[in-house]
Formats: sequence, C-alpha cells, structure tokens
Amino acid sequence: MTDQVTTQEVLTTADGVPLKISLKRAMRKKMITSLLLVTPLFLFILLTFLMPITDMLLRSVDNKIVGELLPRTIPLFSGWDENGQELPGEDIYRAMVEDIKEGAEAKTILRLGRRLNFERSGMSSLFRKSARTIKRIEQPDSYKAAMIKIDKRWGDINLWRLIKRERGSFTNSHFLSAIDRQSNDDGTIGPKPEYKQIYIKLFVRTMTLSLLITFMTVLLGYPISYLLATLPTKISNMLMILVLLPFWTSLLVRTTAWIALLQKEGVINDLMVAIGIISNDHRIVMIHNKTGTILAMTHILLPFMVLPLFSVMKTIPVSYMRAARSLGATRFTAFRRIYLPNSIPGIGAGGILVFILAIGYYITPELVGGVSGTFISNMIAYHIQGSLNWGLGAALGTLLLMLVLALYILYDKIVGIDNMKLG
Amino acid sequence: MAKLPPYTTTGGYIWHYTYLAICGLIFLFLIFPILVIVPLSFNAIPYFSFTEKMLSFDPEGYSLRWYIEFLNSLNWQGAIKNSFIIAIFSTIISTFLGTLAALGLSRPNFPFKTTIMGILISPMVVPLIISAAGMFFFYSRIGLQGTFIGVILAHAALATPFVLITVTATLVGFDRSLTRSAATLGASPTRTFFKITVPLITPGVISGALFAFVTSFDEVVVILFVGSYRQRTIPWQMFSGIREQISPTILAVATILTILSILMLTAMELLRRRNERMRGMAPK
Repeated sequence: MTDQVTTQEVLTTADGVPLKISLKRAMRKKMITSLLLVTPLFLFILLTFLMPITDMLLRSVDNKIVGELLPRTIPLFSGWDENGQELPGEDIYRAMVEDIKEGAEAKTILRLGRRLNFERSGMSSLFRKSARTIKRIEQPDSYKAAMIKIDKRWGDINLWRLIKRERGSFTNSHFLSAIDRQSNDDGTIGPKPEYKQIYIKLFVRTMTLSLLITFMTVLLGYPISYLLATLPTKISNMLMILVLLPFWTSLLVRTTAWIALLQKEGVINDLMVAIGIISNDHRIVMIHNKTGTILAMTHILLPFMVLPLFSVMKTIPVSYMRAARSLGATRFTAFRRIYLPNSIPGIGAGGILVFILAIGYYITPELVGGVSGTFISNMIAYHIQGSLNWGLGAALGTLLLMLVLALYILYDKIVGIDNMKLG
Repeated sequence: MAKLPPYTTTGGYIWHYTYLAICGLIFLFLIFPILVIVPLSFNAIPYFSFTEKMLSFDPEGYSLRWYIEFLNSLNWQGAIKNSFIIAIFSTIISTFLGTLAALGLSRPNFPFKTTIMGILISPMVVPLIISAAGMFFFYSRIGLQGTFIGVILAHAALATPFVLITVTATLVGFDRSLTRSAATLGASPTRTFFKITVPLITPGVISGALFAFVTSFDEVVVILFVGSYRQRTIPWQMFSGIREQISPTILAVATILTILSILMLTAMELLRRRNERMRGMAPK
C-alpha cells in the first residue's frame, strides 16, 4: 500500500521540482521575509526600551562601587569574624587607609561615603573627614590607633560590620529599604525604626487610592456607558464625543483645568462663595491633597472605563431585558439578574485597565497631590532626581513593575491583551 | 431607551428622567473642566478665576495678553519648535518600524507570535515612570541623556506599540485573497504590495502615525527624565510652569492644545470612516 503511494507520480511544478518541496520553499521564504520585517523593531525596542528596563532592575541590586573603591580592604575581610567582639586587625586598617588615600586623590571616595550613608547616616561625613585628614597618617606604629584618632567612629565595630556586609557586588539593602526593613548590626533583618517606615504606607496608599479611583470610574462610567450603548447610534455617536474629547486632550491640560477649578481662589470655591454656601474666609482646600488626586485622576481615567464598558454593553441584546420584564421581573431585578452579569466582563476589563494606569501615575499626583495625595511613582522620581539614591529608586521601581506585570497577567487571563482597544 | 413605551408607570417616568439627569451630570463632569479653561485663558488679570468683569461680559475683563505672551516668550517658542522636531522624528521612526513589524507579524503562523507581540508592546504596558527611570539610567550611561537623539529614540520606543496595534488591527480585516488574486493575475510581489496592500493599510498606518505623533507631543514623564531644558517640549514647559510660577499663559497653551486635539479627533474619525468604506469594498 505504502509502496504504491511512493511510486505514484509526484506532482511537480513547471520546472520539475516536487510541489511539496516547492511549497515548503516558498513558505520558508515568506517566513524569512516576515522575520526580517519584525527584526528591526525588535532590535529597536531591545536597545531603546528593554535594556533601560534591565539597567533599572540591575541597579536595584548593584553594589559594585564598594568593591571598586575599597580594592585592598575587601579581600582582607574574610580574615575577620564580624560576629565576634574584636575590631578588625591591623592589616584591614592599613588597607583601609591606603584605599581612602587613593580614593581621596581620585576624588571618588565621597561617592562611597554617599553610598554607605544610605545605610547609616553619618557615613558620608565620616569619609569626607577621613579623606581630608588621612594624609597625616604616614608610617604610624598602629594604623588602627591612628585612624581612631582621626575619628573615633573608626573604632565602632558596627561600622566595620556594615562595610563587611556591603562588600559584595550585589546588595539586598535597597530592596530592604523599599519594604521598610534593614539589616541590623548583628546581621539579622528587622523593621526600620517607626519614623523611617514610609514605603509600605506609600504602597498601600497608592493601592487604596487607585482602588478608590477605579471604583469612582465604575460608578460614573456605568450609567453613561449604558446610555451610550442603548441610545440610537446617531445620538450616541454625538455623545461619544464628550467621552473622546477628554480622552484625546493632553493630560497636562486636564490637570491644569482641575487646578483652575479646585484651587482656593479657583472656580468652584468662587462659585460656592458667590451663592453663599461657604464664607470667603472658609474656602475649602480641595487641591494639593488626596481630594485633588482622586478628582483629577477619576476625570482623566474615566474614558478608559467607558470605552471597554461601552463595547461590552453594545453586545448585550436589548431583548434580554425585555424578556426578563415580560416574565415578571421588576426593573431592578431584571437589571441585577440579567444586565449586570452580562456587563461584568466590561467592568473587569475597564477596572483592571484603570487600576493599572492609576498605580503608575506620576504627573497628576505630582501636580495636584500635595503631600497626602502622592503615589509611589512620585517617590521613585524623588529618589532619582532629588535624593540621588538611585538604588532605592530602582528598587521601588522594580517592585512597582512586578505589581503592574502581575496585574497585566490577570488582565490577559480575563480579557486578553489582544482585545485592548484604543478608542 | 429612546422612547418610553406607553405602559410606563409614573415611577418609571421619574426614574427615567432622574437617570438622564445623572448621566447629564456625568457628561458635564467629563467636559466642563476642559471647557472652563477656554474663557479663563482670555482673563485680563493674572488669576485662574472668573472676575466680575468677565462674568458681566465686560470686554475690559477679557484680553489676549496671555496668548501674546505665549507667542513672544522665548521659552515657549523653543518649546513649540522642539515639540514638533521631536514628535515628527519619533513619528517617522515608529511608523516605519511599527508598520514593517505589523506586516511581518500578520502572517498566520508566525513563531512565538504572542510572546513577540507582548515584548513589542511592552513600552505601552510599563508605567511611564518606570520607563523614564530606566531610560534615565541607561541613556546617561551611554551619553544620550539630555540629547535630542535620546529623547527622539525614547519617544519612538513609546509610540511604536500604538502603530503596531493600529496597523495590525487593519491587517486583521485584510482580505488575503486580494493579494493572491493579484499574484495569480501576474503581479510581482512588489507590485502587489504597492498596488494592493499599501492602499488598503494606508488608513491604519496614518492613524497609527497620528497616535505616535500625539504620544510624543503629549508625553511629559519621560522627557522630564531623559530630556533637559534644551530639549524642552510644550508639556515639559507646562509642567515646570505649573510647578513654578503659575500664570494664565498655561491656560492659553491648554486652550490651543485642546483645539489641536479636537482637530486630531476629527482626523481620526474621518480616517475610521474611510477605513470602513475601504473594507466595504473588499469582497467578503
């Protein structure tokens, strides 16, 4: 049977190549063409986007600076037991003096001071002072005694424990800081002092405010999506403009508008004073706090809720509700048992989208959030541009990225990334 | 919904009109903040609120001074120029690369399609602050931080996902039998591409390009990190304006930008209609 098939005449193309092979060849050629078409963008994204993200991820654990600036000291640490009560030996002190001398000449040692200062305050000033005075140490009887004479902090065993702990090329200290933890002097990991615990609170605030904003967009988006989905197309297209115009208007324009509306001398306060709800001296503070962030962001993100919700509601046949009513359901029951369950996918899609967008928001909280309405992203920006603690900024960014990616996986499970609509 | 059936009860009527009123308020919430800045930008005094003269429609309460200030200020002139330079170049890069990739990815059995698509649209997915932080670190390492090239590359990276998605969406409805017919009628692949594929995907490419342009033109987070004063764009200037000395010039700029976005919205709508018409021509 099989023999018969193989001996049968093989179909060939005009130039005598078997059709199967020819087809395969053509398919492969097309495949290569399409691969070649995708490659430039892939490389471009790799270079301009993925490598920067990787850079940030690496920076959150990067600690090469300590090893680079203390090349003599670090290898000697293996000979010192940090769990004992003894200070490091003479050799380590001598290596440290040489490292600081070299670092002072190259003016790099202050960077080390800044790096270690994030772990323990005072390190920056200690290194600055030591760099200035270390020239005096020339062939002393005891390097240890000489250094402690410069600054008695060099005689503090906990300081040496810190340097030994941070000797590696990688550190977990940024991530520990990002979740309000620290390495204690005895090497265990524990919570930071209460007054320094800010990041977990900030993460929680970012999440709760984002949830609240998401809830507000559902609350405001649901009725108008329903209206848009049930009105005749002509009218709903007209009304859709009212949703799309804010969607297309620059984020900064909308944020500016809210500043004009909400500020103390702004439109809403003026209006309320004019009609006598409040007196001129008791203008309500609605901006540079949580209220400002919530109002402005609800407004900015509302279209992202309405558009997916609308497209889901559009697919729910009107006859479902009519059928429920004719079977004796009240208006409310028909809505609760029929329409609402059918529109849940839309709420899910819009909700996750709004939530994801909200937790990464930077501009609006920065401009209208004041102190109580800022998000984790504002802290990331602060560490990159203000405090210059890049490692901590990168660690906070990494945590935020993980959170967003987890939410996207959820979104993909529920809605499918491919269904993402652009309005 | 349009007309209430004759058997509607009084309660039904009340409920219906209450519902419409609520919807009206929500629409007002959406549109009012944008509309309110327009009259405020014609304010004669440097405040963000309506003066009595404005409310009584006294022409003295209104002036064009903030528009004049906007046009005369060197800061803003530079910002306008930079905005266009950066947006145009990043649109060209992202439209070109995005369209090519969309054409490649549209093949039915492309290997690891979902994964590659996921990677390529990742700049849209990752929060801007994180992209900005990463780009700031990486671009300063390779000397692109604070340069036009750096900002253009960054914006192009942010904009390609939009091009990719819009062009891919156009290609999903693309009738492949058209290119096959062209081939059987003897057209070379190149001729088929330019005579059949290009005219059909053009609306998608243009709307993708518009998306890319708007993305760059509106972008404010990444430019704050990757750019510097020399690359200041309109959003950059607005951001620092709002933070430092807030003046109605910002409102004048905002009004102009709103008008631009209305134009953009109209363009998109026209393109969408044209696209639908073209689709209608394709035999199903």
